[in-house]
Amino acid sequence: MTETLYDPTGEFAPLRRAPLAKPASLAGLTIGLLDISKSRGDVFLDHLDQLLRDEGLTVKRYKKPTFTRPAPVDLLQDIASHCDVVVEGLAD
Amino acid sequence: MHLPEGLIAIVKQDCPTCVLVDPVLRHIEASGLPLTVYVQDEPDFPSTRQVVDDRSLEASYRLHIETVPTLIKVRDGQEQARVVGWERDEWRALTGLAALGGELPAYRPGCGSLAVQPGIAERLALKYGDFSIHSREVEVPTLSDSTEYCFERGWSDGLPVVPPTAERIYRMLQATTRAPGEVLGAMPPLLTACTVEKVAINAVMAGCKPEYLQAVLAAVEAALDPAFCLHGLLATTWFSGPMIVVNGPARKALGMNWAGNVLGQGNRANATIGRALQLTVRNVGGGKPQETDMSTFGHPGKLGFCFAEDEDTPWTTLAEDRGVSRERSAVTVFSADGPLGCADQKSRTPEALIYSLAGSLRGLNHVDMVNGADAVVVIGPEHGRVFDLAGWSKDDVTRALHAATHIKGVDLGMGTAPGAVAGSDAGLRAKFRPGGLTLVRAGGQAGMFSAIIPGWLVKGELGTDPVTREIRA
Repeated sequence: MTETLYDPTGEFAPLRRAPLAKPASLAGLTIGLLDISKSRGDVFLDHLDQLLRDEGLTVKRYKKPTFTRPAPVDLLQDIASHCDVVVEGLAD
Repeated sequence: MHLPEGLIAIVKQDCPTCVLVDPVLRHIEASGLPLTVYVQDEPDFPSTRQVVDDRSLEASYRLHIETVPTLIKVRDGQEQARVVGWERDEWRALTGLAALGGELPAYRPGCGSLAVQPGIAERLALKYGDFSIHSREVEVPTLSDSTEYCFERGWSDGLPVVPPTAERIYRMLQATTRAPGEVLGAMPPLLTACTVEKVAINAVMAGCKPEYLQAVLAAVEAALDPAFCLHGLLATTWFSGPMIVVNGPARKALGMNWAGNVLGQGNRANATIGRALQLTVRNVGGGKPQETDMSTFGHPGKLGFCFAEDEDTPWTTLAEDRGVSRERSAVTVFSADGPLGCADQKSRTPEALIYSLAGSLRGLNHVDMVNGADAVVVIGPEHGRVFDLAGWSKDDVTRALHAATHIKGVDLGMGTAPGAVAGSDAGLRAKFRPGGLTLVRAGGQAGMFSAIIPGWLVKGELGTDPVTREIRA
């Protein structure tokens, strides 16, 4: 059962949140690659990792313990603390 | 609502008087009068033939039933008369049955109708009444925690808020006679129309009791007065935020604090009235930190800063000085930084205490700054006693503080060195503009202290002035 609340704001912004603006360039940024532990996701991310490094970019690798559950808070905090952008696969 | 012709009785099983009158209702029915019995709890309870299950309480709500049993006479679809509880003579008069209830006592009071139970009445009003909320509905996703969801939506000042549900908003709005759609003004920085309903929603979220709403509405109105310059105040890099001082009977009626820890935590009215104003600024106006609110530091009171004045002193009250008599309640909004303590446990004469307070005041903002921010000085009871025993009025103290806070031009050296400021001389500069010092009485009984609350650096016509608004229904 859902609960209904009433908007306390001036209702200027749409209810659906807009995604964050994408950076104009990756230069100087740290890119996190999050492996969600789906089969062969690592193969794809290894390739992406190499492509980014070939461009001279900084890459950090992360891995969720299992794709069946949300990422642990420690992992999310680690990524948020050290990365400017993150690439995350959502499914196969 | 369509009313059946004849007689209507509203009963519930969980009412000894209703149980008592059940044979009387059978008697009415047997006499041939058309009778419809509405039952609020147990449909099998009435022993009469024409029974309507009113467990939804819709009929009870629409008929404004406050007590059961209630007997109503209907003709041509219109209510002609009603009796409440069991009063034999009245029941006889209404039904025209002279021998009705002869075996019962002459009088038994009824019981409370389920339709007016706390918590139920609001739901019925929302379901069957003409009340509606105009703000956008927001569905909390299934299995989500509604308080967490309020954080995610960006509606919080950093502390948990009470989720604004229809029942809570309804209860809040019952505390004012003002229409939910009434516009109090344009709330900066987005200049959105700030309605009574939006304030009520934010008051719910702040944790206000409904009876606080009138004070919150007065505070929002005061803050929206152009003289207060809310836009600049919320956007400034300086520390200040709005501060509310409450005067009059509302202080006691709302259970506010003007005694120990008056500027601190622990009193619901103080804490949530101040918070409701700030949440309204944040949510309705969009004034958020690190966005339009560019304050370099802010201060803890920007979560909400509200207290009441101690009016049990020989001095006039703040609201009296500003044109609202003691018999009426008012809020006054100031721009305010966090409080600074002034300790003086030695002075026993007004002159000595003025020296101490003035010394603390001269250093505000910057020791070399003159004509800077206004300041509110909250005189604690033990400092106030020194002035009271000597017969010094608030005007006497204010005048003495102005006189004692002048600074010589040659002593001003900001940006260079004392005496090196171009054009400086030995002439005296006033630290505060005329009217720039406001004295308020509050605080705990022990401690020879006062609190100095500086305001925004930009005051007067170019910036902020205090604004007072009467609290009204």
